[in-house]
Amino acid sequence: MLEIKDLHVSVGGKEILKGLNLSIGAGEVHAIMGPNGSGKSTLSYTLAGRVGYDVTGGSIIYKGEDLTALPTDARAAKGIFLAMQYPVEIPGVTTINFFKTALNSQRRARGESDLDAVSVLRLVRGKAAALKVPEEMLKRALNVGFSGGEKKRLEILQMALFEPSLAILDETDSGLDIDALKLVADGVNALRAPDRAMLVITHYQRLLNYIVPDRVHVLSAGRIIKDGGKELAHELEAKGYEQIIKDAA
Amino acid sequence: MSAIRETADQVATLGEKYKYGFVTDIEMEVTPKGLNEDVVRLISGKKNEPEWMLEWRLGAFRRWKEMTEPSWARVHYPKIDYQNSSYYAAPKANPKLESLDEVDPKLLETYAKLGIPLHEQKLLAGVAVDAVFDSVSVATTFKKKLGEAGVIFCPISEAIREHPELVKKYLGSVVPVSDNFFATLNSAVFSDGSFVYVPKGVRCPMELSTYFRINASETGQFERTLIIAEEGAYVSYLEGCTAPMRDENQLHAAVVELVALDGAEIKYSTVQNWYPGNEEGVGGIFNFVTKRGDCRGRDSKISWTQVETGSAITWKYPSCILRGDNSVGEFYSIAIANNYQQADTGTKMIHLGRNTRSRIVSKGISAGHAQNTYRGLVSVHPKAENARNHTQCDSLLIGKSCGAHTVPYIESRNPSARIEHEATTSKIAEDQLFYCTSRGINQEEAVALIVNGFCKEVLQQLPMEFAVEAQKLVGISLEGSVG
Repeated sequence: MLEIKDLHVSVGGKEILKGLNLSIGAGEVHAIMGPNGSGKSTLSYTLAGRVGYDVTGGSIIYKGEDLTALPTDARAAKGIFLAMQYPVEIPGVTTINFFKTALNSQRRARGESDLDAVSVLRLVRGKAAALKVPEEMLKRALNVGFSGGEKKRLEILQMALFEPSLAILDETDSGLDIDALKLVADGVNALRAPDRAMLVITHYQRLLNYIVPDRVHVLSAGRIIKDGGKELAHELEAKGYEQIIKDAA
Repeated sequence: MSAIRETADQVATLGEKYKYGFVTDIEMEVTPKGLNEDVVRLISGKKNEPEWMLEWRLGAFRRWKEMTEPSWARVHYPKIDYQNSSYYAAPKANPKLESLDEVDPKLLETYAKLGIPLHEQKLLAGVAVDAVFDSVSVATTFKKKLGEAGVIFCPISEAIREHPELVKKYLGSVVPVSDNFFATLNSAVFSDGSFVYVPKGVRCPMELSTYFRINASETGQFERTLIIAEEGAYVSYLEGCTAPMRDENQLHAAVVELVALDGAEIKYSTVQNWYPGNEEGVGGIFNFVTKRGDCRGRDSKISWTQVETGSAITWKYPSCILRGDNSVGEFYSIAIANNYQQADTGTKMIHLGRNTRSRIVSKGISAGHAQNTYRGLVSVHPKAENARNHTQCDSLLIGKSCGAHTVPYIESRNPSARIEHEATTSKIAEDQLFYCTSRGINQEEAVALIVNGFCKEVLQQLPMEFAVEAQKLVGISLEGSVG
């Protein structure tokens, strides 16, 4: 599904990712863990194609196609979804209208016809209930005045709606209390599928108790320095990043 | 059935009927360049105006000669040579094109994006429409419906001949002949415009926008509009068109006067999308407009809504005189300036009566190298007990080379007044654009979405059938603004 080879990325002229390798197969859930400043968010933004994240070397092959030259919106239409750490507020644009615009943009890019407002609402309603997103929230301006938990639930709701092939979850656990975390994790687990890969980016092991990964990778100074199974997360939790990084060196 | 649908159907029916219509050659009729008393007499004569009207025009012309062009607005343009223009052209003097193939493809592209039906595209682009339908007949159909309700709706030139008592009573009663340089010029040479009279207790049976969509091509260089709502009457009027108009005149100086008597309500909406000049700032319409409403009666209400996306220069302050006790004035505005456009627009709310209330919501969007100024006056006179005003003034900047300016004037001469002013300036943030594009929305659509969200409170005020088009227009006006 995703094959990253020797990826170098600079932000504002400063190299952040320095030869990152990562391979994710369909149906797999991988976790990337790393200390602050290791390049976790840079990786997620680079995969989504954010402007200012310059790929200076290496390749990102997704479903056999090199992504590096594709603009952000085209990547979304091809099934790449990034659940953001800090979802952005858009005043005056209702959540449901945003969903409809996004969904139809993706459909159009794939040569499919637009869904009308009623069909979109029906689709969203079906998926919103499971994430405890009330109808009233859909009518409010996107993310404006929403709590941290509400924002994260909306991210997962969009993931359910767009049905991506590759979902990247960037620090989805940050700012969530335990109840909200469980709710979000249940939402993510429900979306695990044989034809869908997930990349869960997190600082803490806590989230991985609820979203159990197939593989765990430790990111440090722009490179993957250690790989392992789900038990690697527990090892990290016990020893701390510093020790693991020292051991790997 | 929506009004637009209804109109389209009527047009289609008429189209069938006029399938074998005939072509009439229209001769160009333009006065020589220059402005003097003879030109004023000639205009008045062409319209078969009565003597009193000619005198009124001449009076205005004599005053205008003594006046100087105002320079206080934050707009810059080369000096206008008023003697180098022609002040009268027969209404349909624009050369007709044979088919849409002759129309600028860029214009057609915009029509398509706005979703304007083909026969209306032809009308707007100035293509001969004789074989499609006869717009006069459509107008007649509407006129009959209005006539049954007792509403007078006709060109102001016709009203001057047919209803002189009403015109004499109200013309110039809101915007006096000597009000300002451009209004006085208009009073001397106005070409045509609309007259609306809604009798006591009558709710106008249709949005006058429906009619206007069909007759949009009548908007002239020096337009004059007068709307009177008698006691308890209601009328909603929409001027202009979302579609860009083919227009050869560079200087536009319109005057609009509204009079609302006891308990009457007038809702006046404008969509202005004249040629803004090219991307380098060459060409474009200079739009110097005086619009004013007089809440003359108790409990009356006047509401202005404007979406200003066109013109190279906009100088426009639709205002309300809140004379009657408990009267209400509202101003909702979206002003978009892109490339090298300059907009200096806002409102004046003059509180004279007791318990008068006003609300101002202004949304200014600047992109490219444009300058966008909100200029507003809230004035509370000594007798205006308990006057209330709330002003909200938001500016949105797109890019690094544009400017937004807010110039509010507040004068209160009554201690019981309560005046609130809120102003914000924001930029379309890179993270908002990234969020939208990461969900599959392309960059231009993302800008349109964010700007429409920013303008929502104003768009909601537009008559429904135009709100959708106006939303699209907002997006189109800002195309290419984000690199």
